Amino acid sequence: MDTVLTLLASGLVEAMQPVNLAMIVLGCSIGLLIGAMPGLGSVNGVAILLPITFLVPPTAAIIFLAAIYYGAMYGGAISSITLGIPGASTAVATVFDGRPLAQAGKADKALTAAAVASFIGGTISVVLFTLFAPPLAEFALKFGPPEEFALMVLAFATFIGLGGDDIPKTVFSILIGLVLATVGLDIISGKPRLIFGDISGFLHGVNFLVLAIGIYGIGEMLWTLEQTQGSVTVHKVKMSFSRLLHNLQDVKHYIGTTSLGSAIGYFVGTLPAAGATPASLMSYGLAKTFSRDPDSFGKGNIAGVAAPEAGNNAASTGSMLPMITLGIPGSPTTAILLGGMIIWGLRPGPLLFSEHPDFVWGLIGSLYIANFVTLLINLAFIPIFVRVLTMPFTILAPVIFVLCIVGGYAPTQTMHDVWLMFLFGVAGYLLRKLNYPVAPAVLAIVLGPLAERSLRQSLLASQGDPLIFVERPLSAICIAIAVLLACYPLIRKFMRRRS
Amino acid sequence: MTVRTAELVMAIVTILCSIGLMVKSAELNIGWIEDRGPGSGAWPFWLSLGMLLASVTTLVRWFLRATPESRSNEPYITRENAIVVGISVAAILLLLLATHFVGLYASLFLFLLFYLRFIGRHSWPVSGILTVAIPVFIFCLFEWALKIPLPKEITEPLFYPIYDLMYS
Repeated sequence: MDTVLTLLASGLVEAMQPVNLAMIVLGCSIGLLIGAMPGLGSVNGVAILLPITFLVPPTAAIIFLAAIYYGAMYGGAISSITLGIPGASTAVATVFDGRPLAQAGKADKALTAAAVASFIGGTISVVLFTLFAPPLAEFALKFGPPEEFALMVLAFATFIGLGGDDIPKTVFSILIGLVLATVGLDIISGKPRLIFGDISGFLHGVNFLVLAIGIYGIGEMLWTLEQTQGSVTVHKVKMSFSRLLHNLQDVKHYIGTTSLGSAIGYFVGTLPAAGATPASLMSYGLAKTFSRDPDSFGKGNIAGVAAPEAGNNAASTGSMLPMITLGIPGSPTTAILLGGMIIWGLRPGPLLFSEHPDFVWGLIGSLYIANFVTLLINLAFIPIFVRVLTMPFTILAPVIFVLCIVGGYAPTQTMHDVWLMFLFGVAGYLLRKLNYPVAPAVLAIVLGPLAERSLRQSLLASQGDPLIFVERPLSAICIAIAVLLACYPLIRKFMRRRS
Repeated sequence: MTVRTAELVMAIVTILCSIGLMVKSAELNIGWIEDRGPGSGAWPFWLSLGMLLASVTTLVRWFLRATPESRSNEPYITRENAIVVGISVAAILLLLLATHFVGLYASLFLFLLFYLRFIGRHSWPVSGILTVAIPVFIFCLFEWALKIPLPKEITEPLFYPIYDLMYS
């Protein structure tokens, strides 16, 4: 415990370095803005802005992106409450009670509760993160290639079992992501693969950012252009210091359920397919169940705003746990962060703790500070964020398109990748309209090379015997859970039919 | 086109893609190589086979009308949406094409002017300021701070005086 505290202290010192602190403030502010805009969430912000982080050292870069992630989780509530449109899917549950409160002229009350609850969720989860991460990383040091592969199978199985999307379409999305990751030179034999008529641009592979920016930048903007054609009304927010102090007194009404929701949100967040959206819905459900007045939920109960916001913030920290300790991202956003770490020359996984303690503990330290900074920025500048929402979409859209194009060009500096990104964006939009989930593909393209390497190493060690994955206890457990998860929708269907 | 038809078309497209990827993977070694493990085409081959099975399942479910999309007779994309999305897609397409001839900065300038002034119908001052400010910001960020030169093609000579200033 002592060592954890010492390392945490050094992490806090690292995060307080001027450049890192500046990154936290900048990242939180950008995150809040991105989160507040309808249609844009943390994943879009992180995907589009990742190429810019080549400007600063890796620690500052991950701190900046993590702060965007954090800020966006806070920001999602702003448009949920004042527009009645969730800023991102993670803030859907915040609309249920946030909208009625805004309609009753209590938008400031709802926004304060959302900010405070996010802070509670963030704090509880970051403490849990600090406690769980070091032992989990130490445990993961025992993993060899078969365990690594089994763990990735488990990550993909969560999408099938818990993702809630059409199963064949989810499987297709995972597999196409994995296939795209194989394009380029084969890691073992060095032979070119799937380069489609010797197109030289494919020789360096399909960069995960090209897919991520295509889907979450271009595709998402096209989707939002379609969705927001109708006019939106922004509810006015009156905010003053005395009103703020008055609103802060509400905390006692929701602190209990919010804390419980945060803990649950954290654990749900660690599962790859679950993430912040189900975490916020579960936290909302929990608050409603334990409430003395459950009927008032959906009609403007302040606890109904606090609970989902605590849940989604806790989940965002939770999703970083498997990313840092196991090298398996817990959400699409952390998948992009993981890809970024590979670009910066770091190998995500348990060795990170021993090889790059500054990086890991700097990140953990920054989460504590980012949490506090976001609360302050949020409470102080709520009226400004609300004004941003009135910015016409015809200004936002071209700016995002331009950022996507230069962002798609930056990693490899070829127009080939920009064209590919555009193609992925349009394809992603068309597929999404038919309910094909796109997040699994992004996760798969990041994990693809790691999955293939561990599979081939395992098979080489066992002389081609696939039983190696079930003969080793840890990988057998992972595979067993993966099979159970993949069959879960079928089991549920069967149970429903019987009852 | 209804959502139901779109679902069918997409299933056929994904089936064709999967078969294409299987064929391309099979051109490489998909078997076992002594002392080197699975051939380089094995992993993509089995993955593409999985894609094919998933796509065929979607097709079967379309025939059985098992998914909400395969039952829906709503339009896949309404006329208004097709126009809004289509204009944006066409504008980006032209921007990318133009980049190959006049470079990215000149193309960005034209794209922003078109989008802000003619789609967004913003006033000339607003459109003008943003049309100039955004490429300038991109230039400072990429060329100056990140040292990543963006394509300029025939407009390259226009940048010589700026390079002189930057590197003098």
